[in-house]
Parts: sequence; C-alpha cells; structure tokens
Amino acid sequence: MNILNLFVIIPVLTIIAILFTKNLKGARIVSVIGMGIQLIAAIYLVIDFTQLRNAGVTDEILYVSDYIWFPSLNIHYLIGADGVAVSMILLTAIVVFAGIFASWEMHDLPREFFISLILLATGVFGFFISLDLFTLFLFYEVAVIPMYLLIGIWGSGPKEYSAMKLTLMLMGGSAILLVGLFGLYFNSAGPDGQLTFSIPAIAELDIPKNIQMFFFPFLFVGFGVLGALFPFHTWSPDGHASAPTAVSMLHAGVLMKLGGYGCFKIAMYLLPEAADEMAWIFIILTTISVVYGAFGAVWQKDLKYINAYSSVSHCGLVLFALLMMNKTSMNGAIIQMISHGLMTALFFALIGMIYGRTHTRMINEMSGLMKVIPFIAVVYVIAGLASLGLPGLSGFVAEMTIFVGAFQHPDLFHRVVTIIATTSIVVTAVYILRVVGQFLLGQIKDPHHEQLTDAKWWEKLSLVSLLLPIAGIGILPLWLSTNIFDGLKPVIEQFSMLLP
Amino acid sequence: MRHELLLSALIIIALLFEIFAGKIARKSAVLFNIILFTIITVMGFFPAYDGVLFGGSFHNDQMTVLLKNILNIGTLIILFQSAAWLKKPENESKILEYFILIYSSLVGMQFMISSGDFLLFYIGLELATIPVAALAAFEKFKKKSAEAGIKLILTSALSSGILLYGLSMIYGTTGSIYFSQVINSFNGSALQIIGLMFFISGMGFKMSLVPFHLWTADVYEGAPIGITSFLSVISKGAASFIFIIILFTVMKSTVTIWNEILYVLSILTMTIGNLFALRQNNLKRFLAFSSIAQAGFILLGILGSNQLGMTSVFYFVLIYIFTNLGAFGVVSVIANTTGKEEIQDYNGLYRTNPLLSLTMMLSLFSLAGIPPVAGFFGKFFLFTSAASHDTAKYYILVLIAVLNATISLYYYLRVVKAMFIDKNDHPIEKFSSDIYSRIGILMCVAGIFIIGFASVIYEFIRSISFGI
Repeated sequence: MNILNLFVIIPVLTIIAILFTKNLKGARIVSVIGMGIQLIAAIYLVIDFTQLRNAGVTDEILYVSDYIWFPSLNIHYLIGADGVAVSMILLTAIVVFAGIFASWEMHDLPREFFISLILLATGVFGFFISLDLFTLFLFYEVAVIPMYLLIGIWGSGPKEYSAMKLTLMLMGGSAILLVGLFGLYFNSAGPDGQLTFSIPAIAELDIPKNIQMFFFPFLFVGFGVLGALFPFHTWSPDGHASAPTAVSMLHAGVLMKLGGYGCFKIAMYLLPEAADEMAWIFIILTTISVVYGAFGAVWQKDLKYINAYSSVSHCGLVLFALLMMNKTSMNGAIIQMISHGLMTALFFALIGMIYGRTHTRMINEMSGLMKVIPFIAVVYVIAGLASLGLPGLSGFVAEMTIFVGAFQHPDLFHRVVTIIATTSIVVTAVYILRVVGQFLLGQIKDPHHEQLTDAKWWEKLSLVSLLLPIAGIGILPLWLSTNIFDGLKPVIEQFSMLLP
Repeated sequence: MRHELLLSALIIIALLFEIFAGKIARKSAVLFNIILFTIITVMGFFPAYDGVLFGGSFHNDQMTVLLKNILNIGTLIILFQSAAWLKKPENESKILEYFILIYSSLVGMQFMISSGDFLLFYIGLELATIPVAALAAFEKFKKKSAEAGIKLILTSALSSGILLYGLSMIYGTTGSIYFSQVINSFNGSALQIIGLMFFISGMGFKMSLVPFHLWTADVYEGAPIGITSFLSVISKGAASFIFIIILFTVMKSTVTIWNEILYVLSILTMTIGNLFALRQNNLKRFLAFSSIAQAGFILLGILGSNQLGMTSVFYFVLIYIFTNLGAFGVVSVIANTTGKEEIQDYNGLYRTNPLLSLTMMLSLFSLAGIPPVAGFFGKFFLFTSAASHDTAKYYILVLIAVLNATISLYYYLRVVKAMFIDKNDHPIEKFSSDIYSRIGILMCVAGIFIIGFASVIYEFIRSISFGI
C-alpha cells in the first residue's frame, strides 16, 4: 500500500479510538500514540524519500497512486509527494506531536478537544499529499472548520468574536479560491478533450494568457488569505491571540503554510505567465505585510499579539520570496515556511506555558522570569534569536537565502522592495530583544511569580521536539535544500521558459 | 405507475382503518402506517417498466422512478420524526387524517413528476398542495397554525392562478397541452415568453424563490414541525424536479431567455434568503429562510442547462432531504419534549444532550457545505454546473454563490455556538427520545455521511439524467 495513505488513515483511526476513551488521560494517551506513530511514519517517509533520490529515482513526484472517484467529472483521489510536500509533512507531524504535549492538561471536554485537533491535522496532511484539486480543496476546508470549535470552546479573551472572524475570513478566502479552481477545471481540456482536476495534468497544458490573467488573482488571493496576505491578514492576530496553545501552534505553524504552499503549488505553478505578469501587484502587498507585521509587533504588549504580528511579517516574507520567482529565493521561501512553522509553534507553546503559570500575557506585568523558570526562559531566548535570524539557527538560513535571491533581480523595482523588506530584520530584532529584556531579565516585580515552577516533563518534551529541528536546519541546511530543490525543479522550469 | 397505485391503495386502507378500527387498534395506527409505508418505499426500488399511459398523459421511466423513490424516502423519515408528536393526546383523534393527507399530497407529487401533459401536471400540483394546507392548520386550536393554513392556501391559489394563466397562453399559441407536441411548436414568440414568465413565477411560489417567498416564513413557523419539514423538503424537492424537467424538455428552445431570468432570481434568492436568515431567533423561521437560500443554490444547477446541471440538482435535493430533515428532526424532538424553539434555548445543549447536538451540528455543516459531510459534495457540483458555461458572467454568479455560502456559514455557526460554546444556567435537561425519532434521525445521519462519499449514487443519477 502507498505509504502516503497512512497520513490520512492514522489520524482517522486515532479519532475513532479517542471516541472510545473516557477521560483526559485516555484521550491524551491515545492521541500521543497516534500522533507518535504519525511522526515515525513522517520520519520514515523522509528517509525513504532521500534514499530513493540517492538511488537515482528522478521522477518529480514519488509515491503516486490514483483511484478514480467520480468518473463522470473525472475526479480522482490522486496522491503523491515531491520534496517540498515531504518536508511539509514532516513539519506538520512534528508540530502536531508537540501540540499534543502542550495541551497535556486540557481538562475541559478533553476528548472533543483532541478529536478536533487531530481532525484539523488530518485536513493538513491530506492537503499536502493531494495532487487532485478536488480532494485538495476538500482537505483544505476540513482543516479550516475545526478551528471554529477549537477557538470558540477552548479559547480565551474575545474568543467568540475571534473564532467567527477567523472562520468567515478563511471560508471567504476559500470561496474566492473555488472560483479559481473551477476556472482551472473548465480550461483543462487536454488533447483528448477530457476535463481534469489533476495538478500534474494541468501543469502540462498551455492555458491561454488572458484566461490565466483572469483566474490568477482568484487563486493567489484565495490562498493568500490563509497566508496572511495584506490586507486579508486581520483574522490572524485576533485568531491567534484567542486560540488555545496547541491551536495557535498548529495554526500559525502549519495551517498558514497551506496558504503559501497553495500559492506556489497551484496559483504560480499552474498559471506561470499570469504569475509573471501580475507578480508586481502582489510583491507590493507582501512587502507591506512584511514591514507592517514587524512594526505592528513592536507596538503590542500582549505576547500572543506580538507573535501573531510577527507571523504576519514572516508569512508575508514567504509569499514575497515566492513571487521573486528564482531558484534561490523560492528555495528560501520553502525553508522559511518550515523554519517559521517550527519557530512560531515553539513561541506559542512557550507563551502558553508562561500564561498557564503567571495568568497574564502582558509583558509589562511580568519581569525577571529568567530566575524562576529558567528552562522556559532560555528556550524563549533561543526561539527569539532564531526569529531575528541569528546564524546557526533556522531563521538565518531562510532569510539569508530569500534576500540573496531577491536581490538577484537587476531592476530597480525589485531592488527597492527588497531593501524595504530587509528593514523587517532590524525591526524584528527590536521587538524580540525588547520583549526578552522586559519580561525575562531584570528583577521580579510581582511577588506571586516567586513560586512559579519550571517546565514539567511533557512541556520539556514538547519544547525539545521543536527546538531540535530548528537547530538542525541552522547547522545542516544543505540536506533540506537538496530535497526542496528537486521539488522546486518543475516550478522553476515553468518560469525559466518565460524569463530571459 | 406502481408508486401511485400502491399509495392510493394505502390511502384507501387508511380510510377503512379510520372507519372500522376499534379503540385498541387505533393505538397502533402510527406503527401500522409506518410499517406499510416502509414496505411501499422498499417496493418502489424493484425494477420498473418504462411506459406511457392515457395517450401520453402519464409516462414512466428510470428517472421518474428514482425521483419518486427519493420523495418516498424523505416522507418515510418525516413519518418517523412526527410519530412522537402524533401520539400527543391533543392529536390522537386525528392520527389517520394526518397520514391520509400526507399520502394524498405525495401521490399528487408523483403524478406531477410523471406527467406528460400540462393537465396532469396541474392536477398533480394541486393535489400536492391542498392537503398540505390542511396539514399546516392541523393544530387548529393554535392561532398561528390556523393562520399558516390560510396563508398557504391563499398564496398557492394565487400562484396556481398565475401558473394556469401562463399555461393557457402556451396552449393558445401551440395548440396542445401535450409536452411532446408543445416542444415542437414552442418557438419563443412574445406570447409564449409571457407564458414562460408566468410559469416561472407560479413555480417560484412553490419553490419559494425571491420575490415570491413572502409566505414562507410565516407558514413554516405556524405549521407543526413535521409539516414544516414536509413543505421545506418534499414539496420543494418535487417542485424543483418538475421545474427542471419541464424547462429542460418543453421549454428548451427558449433556454437563453429563461437562463437570464433565473440568473437574476438565483442571485436574489440566495442573497435575500441569507440576509433574512441572519437575524432570525426562532429555529423554524431560521430554517425557513435558510431553505429559501438553498432554493437559490438549486437554481444554479438549473442554470447549468446540461446533463451535469440536472444531475447536480437531483443529487443536491437527495442530500438536502437528509440534511434538512436531520436538522428538523432535532428541532422536532426538542420541541416535542420541552416546547422550546428559540436559538438561545439551545445554549449549552452539548453538555446535556451531546448526541442531539452533534447531529444538529453535522446537519448544519452539511447545509453550509462543509466537508466531509454530504452537503459539500452537493454544493460543489451545483457550483460546477453553473461554472460549466465557462464565461465571466457565470464565474461572477459562482463567486456570488460561494460568498453567499460563506455568509450562510455565519448563521449556521450561530446555532453551533449556542449549542457548544454558550453557557447556560438552565440548559435543556437530559432526556431520551422515543424510538421512532431515533430511527428517523439515524437515517439522516447515515445519509449525511454516506451519500457524499458514495460516488456510485452520483454516477447512477448521472446515467439517467439528460441535458438540453
């Protein structure tokens, strides 16, 4: 059997198993076992993929299987993975695994919580393995809708408002996306006249340019909403701030990557001419995202808002890099997706742990936490350093590659936006260091904070499982970029035919 | 003709039962009727012969058989769901009336679907409507129920008048009432276009399209829940079946004209239905407006004007029956047990009645078109058929439709929020429902899960539908 099927089957089985548990203990153990197996499967997939590549298998997409579903509409359950998808699957497996440990003490309706969380993960895994637009869209929506319950029931603050805003904006995005998908479908008639939803088949076609120009905005904006493209990013700060820890982790870490991945794998890959022609509009928007997100983070006082705005900035950078459309920057974009996914999940996990202890997320109400909770504080500092791009950690590799790639464009427009976007690095350093200085260092202000206890074993496990890959990418980026490069190859070829 | 004959026989049996049965036998009237109707529903699936009767007035083929079976299944679920309500003391003396009236209405719809001329079509339509008006006023001791009955009978009389006037123009210009002959001489002359518009308005009343929808909310709210679900699912389903069949066969030469009309109607129906649903607090009114919006989506399939369009309409109605009846089933169980029908009464329902809440959530997600439940597939194919024109105009229509689907998500989520998120000091207490309602709801849940994934059903419907 195709190994990729496991990534849908295991979560579904886990959900069914959770139905038979009685309380928190049962539910979390079943979830850990299920997602642990999933993580092992993901690691195995990566190793196997690398071995196949080393053995000289040159197919762009591996592990392809194809089952016909609705014959008259030519809808298939078509799955397969390239280097990018494999890396994203591993990222998802890590974040979900860490997320389960981060919600170890979820006492309110635990079974329902873990079921919704894993349902969300099912959607994400399904999205990354799909090569058929119909199944891809189906999984995309499966990933979005559990968010409403997760934020609405287990969230904090103005949770009902945030949950509704997030759900409606994301579903609105998928509404726009759907129109684009229909556009692809009804213009996908190959030599045999058969319409198709299959991504590889559509990629081989030559869709007329005027049609590409009509549908590209639908597809790019549709996915861009989930990737926090300015001005459709407003769901992100509210949503992340209200969501419970594990959900913020999963959402910022993985779900926002669906947007970037979709923009690249569908909008740009399938409609390359329009992407080339219209890139400048979206480059301006993403540059605004990058800078605006970074400045937004400087003004915030709530830890979650700071991180949410920094996510807008970093995810904007992903789209920015994709739109630069050369090998180096696109490679950087994918590394940035993975690096940001891990980093932001780590941040949200830490914030959840701090909030669980101090019951506040306001940085001006905390001080000197380094003395009482050193483990959490040190990890926070490391995550912060990764976020501002310190060499040796993943953030540096990603941003470096992106900006080098972006600067390769010789014309004025690209140079100027690149320079503007680079300022975000400085601003990032400002808000990260300010936060670290304010609430981790210094004297303890609040006497209640003297008795705080440091991370429990499950919290440490959660943090370490995220921290290891961050350092891994920083030290050994080459392995990752080799794998990503081959996933990018077909896309780059699409563009290199256009570019001089 | 088997469906109609069996049902007519059942009506006679029920009448005789009413006359001759003693007090003890009457107690088992509900069970007796449900068993008989189940048998009829199952028998409907036996292979049938294609054929024509009464010189072309009545025709039967695989498609009509399937449509009748769909209606039968829906009615069966409604019978299950209204059993508990019928057994209440104030309704006990009228149990058989209820069944006879439902059967009569259903037999009317079946004749309508099989009709081969405008006369039988009209007779069937009236037979389908008038018993429902009586049923809407079933709880005649309640003012609202009586009002609902009057409103329904008056509006349907008006709409029938309009429809008949249109049909008379078509007869006048083509010289025939037989579909097979009208097709040949239906060429789009001015008088025929007016006839077509009257026909669309008349059917618009039955399907509660905007701007012919004003009766819907009041009637749905006043009528007993079983009847509301019958009106919003079975009546609407049957009306859309015959509407698409007549448009696709008799009036196919004027396809460009009715496409323009339906284009506007569909946008109006979706948008206005949605906007009114946003502000409703009574669940029956809420479902009424949501069903108006759903009718707008059905028009998208008709607008496709091809085989895909017809398939997606039938498929959507099939899913819609299970979905909407799932929601109505929950509302009806709760209203029967506690008498509560407002959205805020449902606050905190999940903590006391988790299974009912989950059923409600699944049904609402299916209505909103969220995967992996069936509603997603139904809506997706409707949108596909509208997009199949592959012109900017229809892509805009699809965009409006999907944005409407997103708006609809807001009010469906309001109910989900009430059940799962909102806290309540006095939630509806834990109760267990009767066996009939459970079977009814279970059938809906099974349908909601299975129909979407089972592409066999879709492909079968595809194989028997046709395009222009």
